Amino acid sequence: MSDNNTMENTISTPGTSGMVMEEPLIFELGGKGRIGYSLPESDVPLVDEKELFDESLLRDEIKDFPEVSEPELMRHYVRMSQWNYGVDTGFYPLGSCTMKYNPKVNEDMCRLPGFTGSHPEYPADMVQGTLQLMDELETMLSEIAGMDATTLQPSAGAHGELTGLMLIRAYHIDQGKPRTKILVPDSAHGTNPASSALCGFKVVEVKSGPDGYLLPEAVEEAMDEDVAALMITNPNTVGIFEQNIAAIAEIVHAKGGLMYNDGANMNALLGVARPGDMGFDVIQYNLHKTMSTPHGGGGPGSGPVGVKKILEPFLPAPRIVKKDYGYDWDYSNEKSMGKIKGYYGNFGVMVRAYTYIRELGQENIRKVAELAVLNANYVRAKLKDLYHLPYETDSMHEVIFSDKNQNEAGVTTMDIAKCLLDMGFHAPTVYFPLIVHAALMIEPTETESKLSCDQFISAMREIDKLVKDDPEQFKSFPTKTFRGRLDEVKAARKPVLRWKSETE
Amino acid sequence: MSIPENLKYTKDHEWVNIEGNIVTVGITDHAQQQLGDVVYLELPEVDDDVAIDEPFGVVESTKAVSDVLAPCNGTVIEINEPLVDAPETINSDPYNEGWMIKVEISDESELAELMSADEYKKFVEESE
Amino acid sequence: MRYLPHTKEDVSQMLADIGVDSIKELFKSIPAEFQLEKPLDLPNALSERELVRALTELAGKNKVTGFDSFVGAGIYDHYAPVVIDHILKRSEFYTAYTPYQPEVAQGTLQALYEYQTLVSLLLEAEVTNASMYDGATGCAEAALMARRVQRKRDKVLIARNVHPEFRRVTNTYMVNSLEDIVEVNYGKDGRVDSEDLANKLGDDVACVIVGHPNYFGVLEDLEALSEQIHAAGALMVTTFAEPIAFGITAGPGRFGSDIIAGEGQSLLGAMNYGGPSLGIFSTRQKLVRQMPGRVCGKTSDTNDKCGFVLTLSTREQHIRREKATSNICTNQGLCALSAGIFLSAMGKEGMRKLAKLNLSKSEYLKNKIRELDGYELEFSGPTFNEFVVRCERKPAPDVLCDLYGMNVLAGVDMKNDYPELESHLLINVTEVHSKAAVDKLVDALASR
Repeated sequence: MSDNNTMENTISTPGTSGMVMEEPLIFELGGKGRIGYSLPESDVPLVDEKELFDESLLRDEIKDFPEVSEPELMRHYVRMSQWNYGVDTGFYPLGSCTMKYNPKVNEDMCRLPGFTGSHPEYPADMVQGTLQLMDELETMLSEIAGMDATTLQPSAGAHGELTGLMLIRAYHIDQGKPRTKILVPDSAHGTNPASSALCGFKVVEVKSGPDGYLLPEAVEEAMDEDVAALMITNPNTVGIFEQNIAAIAEIVHAKGGLMYNDGANMNALLGVARPGDMGFDVIQYNLHKTMSTPHGGGGPGSGPVGVKKILEPFLPAPRIVKKDYGYDWDYSNEKSMGKIKGYYGNFGVMVRAYTYIRELGQENIRKVAELAVLNANYVRAKLKDLYHLPYETDSMHEVIFSDKNQNEAGVTTMDIAKCLLDMGFHAPTVYFPLIVHAALMIEPTETESKLSCDQFISAMREIDKLVKDDPEQFKSFPTKTFRGRLDEVKAARKPVLRWKSETE
Repeated sequence: MSIPENLKYTKDHEWVNIEGNIVTVGITDHAQQQLGDVVYLELPEVDDDVAIDEPFGVVESTKAVSDVLAPCNGTVIEINEPLVDAPETINSDPYNEGWMIKVEISDESELAELMSADEYKKFVEESE
Repeated sequence: MRYLPHTKEDVSQMLADIGVDSIKELFKSIPAEFQLEKPLDLPNALSERELVRALTELAGKNKVTGFDSFVGAGIYDHYAPVVIDHILKRSEFYTAYTPYQPEVAQGTLQALYEYQTLVSLLLEAEVTNASMYDGATGCAEAALMARRVQRKRDKVLIARNVHPEFRRVTNTYMVNSLEDIVEVNYGKDGRVDSEDLANKLGDDVACVIVGHPNYFGVLEDLEALSEQIHAAGALMVTTFAEPIAFGITAGPGRFGSDIIAGEGQSLLGAMNYGGPSLGIFSTRQKLVRQMPGRVCGKTSDTNDKCGFVLTLSTREQHIRREKATSNICTNQGLCALSAGIFLSAMGKEGMRKLAKLNLSKSEYLKNKIRELDGYELEFSGPTFNEFVVRCERKPAPDVLCDLYGMNVLAGVDMKNDYPELESHLLINVTEVHSKAAVDKLVDALASR
């Protein structure tokens, strides 16, 4: 135990580094002629490619490609894995990311050969299991969100947003009145305006009210017959439920607009309330958030989109249908917006989400939301005396603080985040959303125990004490992690995006 | 925060040096402080037209990207090419070596709206 | 429930500390009219054993053995060494978030940097990003990128022999400017018709999108195309769906491709019904700030040690918002890691040997088909492991149907996407097909 470990309840301090090793790039390993592959000999005559192709089409070898044996390969990646913090390492309180436990049974189920071995062009009768799983998942997701139909095609949340916006666009064109604007609150995730712009809409920002949620008057002022939709996250990106949602939906619908729900924060609503009941016409899920599929260091995700009946005709083709002979793909949807991805979506991710929902079942799904909200409020209650709470309004599954109190000693949100790394925690979401200055957003999720929350709370309280005792040391954090603070300016000024043999 | 007396200023934190019908444009010390270390700069080409209050370039740091707006209508006659290769000069010397473009303007009266050094100083203080 | 650690005592203590009497109070900001009174209509909870049984039963309804499949068309049946999954299953890799706190994510970041390098070496490209969703969306984003880079040029020429899924998705992404998309025909060799291309090139063309190998399995004359396209001031966007080809053929980067967007599923092993996939996206160093998606860069830390970070992120949605190069956030990170391991495990020699195996098996089949009556190789251009066969005795759908009854999936019927290819099959052979399986296919075709 190091002698500056004075925290109660904190047992996850990264301490020794004896087992965490340096490891060069794979290109710097191995040796000429070393191999790591195992390939069969050919049972057909080997061709001479020079006879088949023009010389100009060929290459001698793949210059600089690695030549490593399997033991070296394995060691290389195992050593690298030890530099990584994952949900299985510890607390990961990233607000708006829902870093919940990734069930291991999901990993086994998505690897069943019956699922992995299917080609998307196989005749439907060969993939009845796949189609049934997808159909049932669509039904379950529709039920959870209160929607009439769901498409599983989009690859991620942002992709789902783009899909939802294209549906909205198609709807208005079909109505004979194309519209050009999307209303987006100032608290929106960057993907919201980016997706809107990508779809050809003009983004009009609506300011949130002083208590962190939208006021009907602000929406009323911005709403006109050129607004295609209002796009909001609910609970919103500061973890607050949009309390005026009914009135807002009425205002938007009254002028012929649609209501889009960025479903990133669905974890607060599972089994408790349904976006479809609140007036939303379309929602995208993030299965890699709400439905426990692993984040993978940045994907793959899955962003299914649920819609009300009015948008169903425009869903990406094809749709799954159940006929008397079984499940099949139906391409007859003439008003379809087209394809948003090659083939049918991230099936491997769908299997994990399906397995998760089936394991939870009707009986447990509500508990997920209840305990997620409990955890967030517990952290809020235990830290609000030390950290500045920008909103008094109730928090749902995440709580947002700012660094205002610690700023007085010159310590910032970034410093606090880096100190947490030294204490064995992943940092919360920082500097998002932009409506809170230097936001520190904490989402424990429901899979964190009370002890885990207590450890985090202890750490945060210890940090505040350190701010008061010795604020200078914050600029040095982190000191115990594999690497210290990395120079992002250097990386952006002269980007070096790959290894090259000439220079290394 | 430095605000040279001889220059004029815009609400978007550009500075303007007026010499007859040629203006030189850059971003202020306040702007570069807000941005942080500048990593990248995009400028228009010589002979491009610029429009008043419309972006003519982009300045990028690790945490933000800002459009740089033209204070007037006109045509670009010169750009500070070395600055594109060394954008960090915007941080170290925003008013001299950090100049971005020179514009030949058509209507000098457009410049009447610009703030003086004192007015800009007050403007920055009020917005904090 | 095993993923919910709270005991009754935990809950009551926490409620007390918060200062409320029940969990219900924590939801009081949700209007009562929206709070559900009854449980959702979902199936009942399952224990692990029941769960595994239910999923196994579902998977069992799929037919994945007992037949030979020569279906490729953008998703290929390759063998991936088991070592990959052993690494991917380390939870340090798969339960990690996007590496926004790089100090605790150097594993993911170095793996991405290696992936970016490996792909760049394979494609002979200058720089590669950390992945897009798939080849189809990558192709769409390439078109958008070309339009951004070429400020006064809006038209996107796209060869008809580029993968139909890539073209469909590109149409969706360009839905507001469909009139800017112009198709370019192919010739008897299965390659882009350079005369048709010449007629359609002009000073309003931002880019020309070609495939290499293209959907017909044919390798284009990229050198000639590059000359023609660049002379007209347009960018060359090269797409692909079978990266294994580059184990033996020159990478598209060698011939002046300005943007390369392809499908990397072949490097992942499993077909997984088409997803997750791997969007490979590369470009020239000078265009890197217009490149969509995340990218990992090298830097150093406060102790001067070498490290990696996500960089150039100001182009991305979380900063640039509506002016972002793309809306992409989550990408296909774990798939990029998987592909990186595959390429490293195969290595310099293995990739070449694998490509040669594919080529040899394909040529073996091609030669046998040449000898068959009633079947013709449609295109004369050089192919890698896929090619188009014209069925002259019986319509292609009937051939497929007959062979299906013999437990052979002979290929893909091309008529839906290419009405002019009325009786044609797209047939793919990889290293997983034994000589016996290929012989069986030939015999089956001969018997029809």
